[in-house]
Amino acid sequence: MIRFEVLKTLLPVFGDHLVVCNIGLPSQELHMLADRPTNFYMLGTMGLASSIGLGLALSQPKKVIVIDGDGSVLTNLATLSTIGNNPAPNLVLLIVDNGSYGSTGDQPTYAGRKTSLTDVARACGCDNVVECRAEETAKAVSDALDSDRMTVIVSKCESGNVDVPVIDMNPVLIRERFMAEVRGE
Amino acid sequence: MAKHIDAKIVGDLVANDIGFVTTVPCKQLAGVIEVLEGENRLLHVPCNKEDEGIGLCAGAYMGGRRPAIIMQNTAIGVVVNAIVTLIQYYQIPLPMLISYRGEVGEKVACQVEMAVHTKALLAQLSIPTYHFHKPEDADELDGILKHTQMCKKPVAILTDATFWRTAQ
Repeated sequence: MIRFEVLKTLLPVFGDHLVVCNIGLPSQELHMLADRPTNFYMLGTMGLASSIGLGLALSQPKKVIVIDGDGSVLTNLATLSTIGNNPAPNLVLLIVDNGSYGSTGDQPTYAGRKTSLTDVARACGCDNVVECRAEETAKAVSDALDSDRMTVIVSKCESGNVDVPVIDMNPVLIRERFMAEVRGE
Repeated sequence: MAKHIDAKIVGDLVANDIGFVTTVPCKQLAGVIEVLEGENRLLHVPCNKEDEGIGLCAGAYMGGRRPAIIMQNTAIGVVVNAIVTLIQYYQIPLPMLISYRGEVGEKVACQVEMAVHTKALLAQLSIPTYHFHKPEDADELDGILKHTQMCKKPVAILTDATFWRTAQ
């Protein structure tokens, strides 16, 4: 099961929750599958999805799901210590761990070799870390949303991409419609 | 030990509805960070690296809290991509209170290496930049914070060694 298939299983779970989506193909795939104002697409800035999600979760009460990747988390590895030390009960960090840099041509990441992001997250102080198979991801996210506890999910899936168009939305429009959803307008 | 100027700076942040501050420490900023820690009208979340802090600030802004980042000028070398592709591209107002290391009074020679690039880099990025050199320069902070919200840009406030030595 590749990331695109995992995302498809997640759509019913996302519901009206706020979703912060990682740069590149993950955002493009989500945009193609189900563009909604509650999606915040990162059009640039590799590595910061989890940081944006934490800042958002700490600043308002609605639940926040971050769709991140193993390569992006490795880029900003210290984010796990900030998340672990500032737990936001409304935050679910989903790391789609396909062991590769998907958006740049599936080059292997160290998470696909010896590095365990599950262990790193635990060592960084994240109290609820779940590692699951791709097929179990939707249930893991659903359980995390129900638990009202900050949860890190490491979903082990296969490397691979589908053909999707780039997002040509205006970035300010993406932000403003997302903020309107945060405010409940 | 925090001084009056540290409390004044934090007071201006609070008065301008800044509700989220992230910091990477600098010796010159220790007093401000000490005051922030005791200020319950805003949320202080220290970060490990300044680009991570920029991400936290973007999220906080979208969550309805006006953010600010406090860091050293060496961080300019870290945050260029995050400022350009996140803060500027999505038009997020972000005051950046920056210790301007490497100016007159500096004891660490290596700090001068980044000081000579600081204003050039900020100018290249079209970031409105203010420089606090004398204690009374801090009187502009309130206006700068309002200006930042108005124009929805990252704004740099450089604070040098002379400022921190002479401000009470």
